[in-house]
Formats: sequence, C-alpha cells, structure tokens
Amino acid sequence: MRWVVALILPLLIGASGPAWSASGAGGTLRVGVLIPETGYLAAPARFMREGYMLYLAQHGNKLGGRDVQTFIGDTAGNPSTGLTQARRLVEQDGASVLFGPLSAAVGSALVPYIGEHKVPAIYPIVSADDLTQRRTSPYIVRTGWTSSQTTQPLGDYAYKTLRYRRVATIAYDFEFGWQSIGGFVQTFQQDGGTVLKETWTPQTTNDFSPYLSQIPRNVDAVVCSFSGSTAINFFRQYKAFGLTMPLVCQGNATDESTLAATGPAAIGVVTALHYSAALDTPANKAFVAAYQKAYGHVPSYYAEGTYVGAMALDRGLAAMHGDLSDPLAFVRALRRLSIPDAPRGAITLDSYGNPVENVYIRRVEQTGGALANVVIHTYPGVSQFWTYRPQQFLAHPVYSRTYPPCNGCGAH
Amino acid sequence: MTGRRALLVASAAAAAALAAAVPSLGLPQYYISLLTQTWIFGIAAMSLDLLVGFTGLVSFAQAAFFGTSAYMIAVLATQYHLVAFWPALGIALGTTAALAALFGLLALRGEGVTFIIITLALNEIVWGLAYQWVSVSGGDNGIAGFIRPPVFGLDLSGTAAFYRFTLAALLVCLALLAAIVRSPFGLVLRGVRDRPRRMAALGYAVQAFRYAAFVIAAVFTGVAGVLFAYYNEFVGPVNLSLDTAVQVLIMVILGGVGTLLGPLAGAAVVVFVSNALSNLTQRWELILGAIYVAILLFARDGLVGIGHRVMRVLGAAARGAGPAARPVMSPPPGGRGEP
Repeated sequence: MRWVVALILPLLIGASGPAWSASGAGGTLRVGVLIPETGYLAAPARFMREGYMLYLAQHGNKLGGRDVQTFIGDTAGNPSTGLTQARRLVEQDGASVLFGPLSAAVGSALVPYIGEHKVPAIYPIVSADDLTQRRTSPYIVRTGWTSSQTTQPLGDYAYKTLRYRRVATIAYDFEFGWQSIGGFVQTFQQDGGTVLKETWTPQTTNDFSPYLSQIPRNVDAVVCSFSGSTAINFFRQYKAFGLTMPLVCQGNATDESTLAATGPAAIGVVTALHYSAALDTPANKAFVAAYQKAYGHVPSYYAEGTYVGAMALDRGLAAMHGDLSDPLAFVRALRRLSIPDAPRGAITLDSYGNPVENVYIRRVEQTGGALANVVIHTYPGVSQFWTYRPQQFLAHPVYSRTYPPCNGCGAH
Repeated sequence: MTGRRALLVASAAAAAALAAAVPSLGLPQYYISLLTQTWIFGIAAMSLDLLVGFTGLVSFAQAAFFGTSAYMIAVLATQYHLVAFWPALGIALGTTAALAALFGLLALRGEGVTFIIITLALNEIVWGLAYQWVSVSGGDNGIAGFIRPPVFGLDLSGTAAFYRFTLAALLVCLALLAAIVRSPFGLVLRGVRDRPRRMAALGYAVQAFRYAAFVIAAVFTGVAGVLFAYYNEFVGPVNLSLDTAVQVLIMVILGGVGTLLGPLAGAAVVVFVSNALSNLTQRWELILGAIYVAILLFARDGLVGIGHRVMRVLGAAARGAGPAARPVMSPPPGGRGEP
C-alpha cells in the first residue's frame, strides 16, 4: 500500500498546481519576465522589475499595439531554476517572448532552450561577451551591453586623459570580472600603459584585506570591477586600509542601487558605463523624474536597462505590426531598430544583436546632498568591438584571466 | 503475508503504469518536465538514503558526484565530440566511481561529524574546480550546447520521450537499490549503522562495508547527474554546489530516512512545492522552510511515517464502521528500530 501512496503523491500535488491555460490567445501578448526576485541578486532585481513596469504603465500596458500580460519567473540567480522557470513561462503560461534575466550564468543556460523552442528573447542586462560575439543565438537580442564594452573606452581614457601609465587591477574572479578587466587591459596596454599586477578575488569575498595587501603601492591607479554589496565592502575597506591611489572602475561598482550605501568611500572614483542617472539630457531627465515619482528613488542602470528593453520590444513589435508568428523575422526587425530617444542616449543594434551606444566616463561626486555618477566625458557610439573590425576582434579568444596577457606582471 | 506481498507488487506495477501513462493524459508539458525532475532527484535522494538511512553516514559530497557525472557528459559532448549515450554514460559513471573511491578513502578516516565535515570540504573542492577551471568547465557560465542523444534508437529530444526514459531509469535504480538493501550485504550495512562495534567484533570489516556503500551511492547519484545534464542540456557550478547537496538531504529527511520510496516522495514535494509556491509568492522559501520545520517537528519519520499513520487511522475506521469479518491488514511497523 505504501508504494501506491508514495508513487501517486507526486501526481496529486502536480494536479493541484495552478490551472493551465491555452497559449497564444487572441490579441494579448504574453511576456515571460525572468528576474532573480529572491537570492543574492534580489536587490538589483527590484530595479529590473520597476524599469519594465514603468514603461508598461506609461504606455497603457501595451507593447507594439497589443495588450500585454506579464508573467514573472523567479530565477533566484540559479541557472537550473532559471531553466525551470523559463519552461513554465513558455510551456504553461504561453509566453511568446522572454525578457531577462540578470545573471550571466542564467543567461547562458537559457540559450539552448531559447533556440530549441524558437522563443525570441530580449536580454536587457546580461553582459557575458560571447552571447553576442563568439556564441550568438539567432533568437536573442541584447539591449544592454557587453562586459568589456564599457571598459575598453575606460582603458583609453585612463591612459590618454587621466595620463596614468602604471596600474594594478583587482576584480571578481569569474567571467564578469575577467571580461571587464580584460577590456581595460587591452586598450590601456595598447595605448602604451603597463599593468603591474592583476588580483582576483572570489565572488563571495567579504574581507578584502588579504587582497588589498597584495596591491603594489607604486602605481598611478588601481582598476576595479565589482558590483552590489561586494563593491560596497571593497570601497570601504580600500579606504579603511589607507590606500590613496586613485580608483578607476567598471561602472557597476558605483551603480545607483548601491551608491548611497557605499557612502563617502566612493567619492572621486572614476567609472565607465553606458548609463548614469545623473545624465543631463531631456530624455533621461524625463525618465528619472517619472521613475522617482513612481517609486520614490533614483533609477539605476538595471532599471534603465529593462525600461529600454521594453522600449525595444515595443518598437520591434510595432515594426512587425504586432505579429510574432515568425520569431526570426521579429528578431531581425529588432536588430534593425534604432532608438534615438532612450534615456541613455541613441542606440543602434549591430548585426550580432548588441547595441552600439554611448559610454559615459563618470566620477562619483556629492551633488545636492546625495552621491551621483556625474558624467565627465562621453565616448559616442561605442561598439562592443571598440575600434577593431569584428572579424579581427573575434579572432582573439574571449577576455579571460590570461588574455590579454598582463605586460608588467612579475616585473616589479 | 503473501497476499500482502502480491498486493504490493500489483499496486507498484499499477503505479508505474500510471506514471508511464502520464504524458498521454493531456497534462501540460511543464508538469511533465517537473515530474521528470522529480524522478531524477528521486534517484539522487534514494541513493543518498542508502548512505543516510541504511549505513548511517550523512554525506554532503553527493552533489560532487551528481555534478561530476553531469559535467563529464557535457565535457565529453562539447570538447571530445563523444555524444553516444552508452560510452558517455560509462565514462561519466566510471569517473564518478573513481572520484568516490578517492573521496571515500579520505572521508572515512573520520566518523560522525568529522565525516560530515570532510565530505562537505571535498564537495567544495569540486565546486571550486568547476567554478575556476574555465577552459574545461566554462566557469560560472557552465556548459551548454549539447543535446540528448538517442538511446536504443529512441529519440529522446521530446519532453514525453525523455520523461518515459527517466521513469524507466528510476524504476531500474529503485529495483537495484531495493535489491541491495534486502541482500545480505544490505543487512550488514544496517548492522554497521546500528551496532558498528558489535559488527566489528563479529568479524565484519565495518570500514570496508561503509566504503562500498559510499561508492555505490555515488554511482547511483552519478546516474541522476547524467540524466540531469541531459534534462537541462546545461551544467553549471550550481549543480555541484552545497545547495544541491542540502536539497537532496532535505528530500531524504522529508520523505523518511531508510525507506527508499520516502526520499522519492520527498523529491516530489521539494520539486513541486518549490515551483508551485514560487509562482504564487516571492516569500516561497520562507513557506517551504516552515513546511520542513513542521514535518520535522510533527512527523519525525517523514512522509512515509505520515502515510503509515493515515493507514492506521483508516484501518481503525474500517474496523469500527463495518461488521466485515475480513481480517484487517496489520498496521505496518514504523521505520527504524523495528524488530
């Protein structure tokens, strides 16, 4: 008897789940949004949800002329959970477009599923380089950025404008850290700079002192790439450690979602990103004002990212007259898009499905009682390939711990 | 008792047939894939039960074995172009067995808490390797880009086909594990669990039996890992993280330690409840935690124990209600410590 109970139990539980509804009904567009609402990425995920929701609210809950029904899947920042949730959104909720996720690991895990089920997907945040470089998918359009897209200009800026000649780097010891630092090292060394040491810290590092003590003191600047609470810890401990070399970082480190919590330790840090909430343009001012009115706080790049992602979905779908029956045609339409009025500035998409967009060099300053990423220089229309030809760029391996090789390591 | 045995076999066969028929019942694909996930984690949980329930060893290294065989499938397919099912399965399980043979030597130097901590540390080493050895493992982004190969000429790319394949694998593993725990070897394991000193005094090589159980459990967990790699067509460090190890242990405890079928039910509850709840509320982890605590407080012997109690109540009700002269089934004795 107990065999029966044990074997039938799963079926009973399965049947008591939410009722299934037929997909692709009428004129309603079902959008499956994948965000890590729980887990270690929950804080930035809130901004993702808000940005997307704000765009929908401003446009009468319509995208491309169709009423929208949004289904949210919580990935918890875990690739396996993300896949299960994607299955749910597509197979149970009948989503005909996927939107998200946040983490590169989840984004990479979804690629085969998206290809197999021919579901067009918009990636507004995931920045893993190869998704639009060496391992592209015909069903994915990225409206965000690649990890090295913002740091290639930063390396150039550090050498030419800040006139740094010798730097050391410290960053996350996984793909995001390697690729963002790799972009910096590539252009900085090519311009003539020297990288004396690269320090890599595990993703879960809270205590940076063993790593901070490894940083050589005879450098013009220290280059960093962190995000979230790790960035808060890094900046505070860097200052507490008494290190005085200027900091030059990838822009996630001073994202508006954590900047206030970082406090004075972040003042003076120069960063690069394709967005700043302090960007002084009419489009951004309107966006920031609407966002603040709706949610009571300043948007971060995560919020602007999903806002622009929804904008791209809206306009791509409008170009198809709301027709999603041919996913590849829809993706092609998306890749032909040009968005002149995004909060971050004008965007066009390259043939690999990645934006060509401005990269802003920002400095953290105290303005009107709050910290802000004040834009001090703009690199207009930056491609993920920087100034290289795509074929030339793609002939090199993806940026990693060992590529490009650091030209001054072991020399000091 | 033979009547009861026949009933058992018949009901098990009926349940298996019903499970096999699930894809034709018109259930949405999503539930079929959740059931597939249940069978896979069921295998992992049952094999851990061989250690926890029958040998008295609580191991956190199961995720390492689960993940290693999953990674082997992915690495063989993407880097060595070895996609055929049986050779890949053989190499994956062989590697897992070798790893378990090594880990067993190290971990079994300790007992009790020491054993637990060593398995935990060993699991973290494998996780770190998967996370850092990017040229092989793809690092944080894991490995995608391999597909389910045909087995016996059957195309497994569809949800229903892979569901049936996984169910068949589950039944085979269940039969093998049941045979193991009922064999003289299994009896010795129980002796090792309950009275290791007495068993040693009787001349049994206690450590050797523990070692054998450790490796056997790892291989069965490896089967689950292989299936999971094919199920997701993706592997990542999370598949061998401590989270996975803990999750499988929860399935075992939730379902009922030392019952084999209990952990399978535990797997079903964890897979379905976590997915159903996460659709309804952002606080699903809190609710799931409350369910675990409630079961551990009020039903120490897990779901199987609850099942037994329900049977007993039903049996008593039937006895009280009807004048039926038929003898009522005696209540099954409860889990551990039975004579």
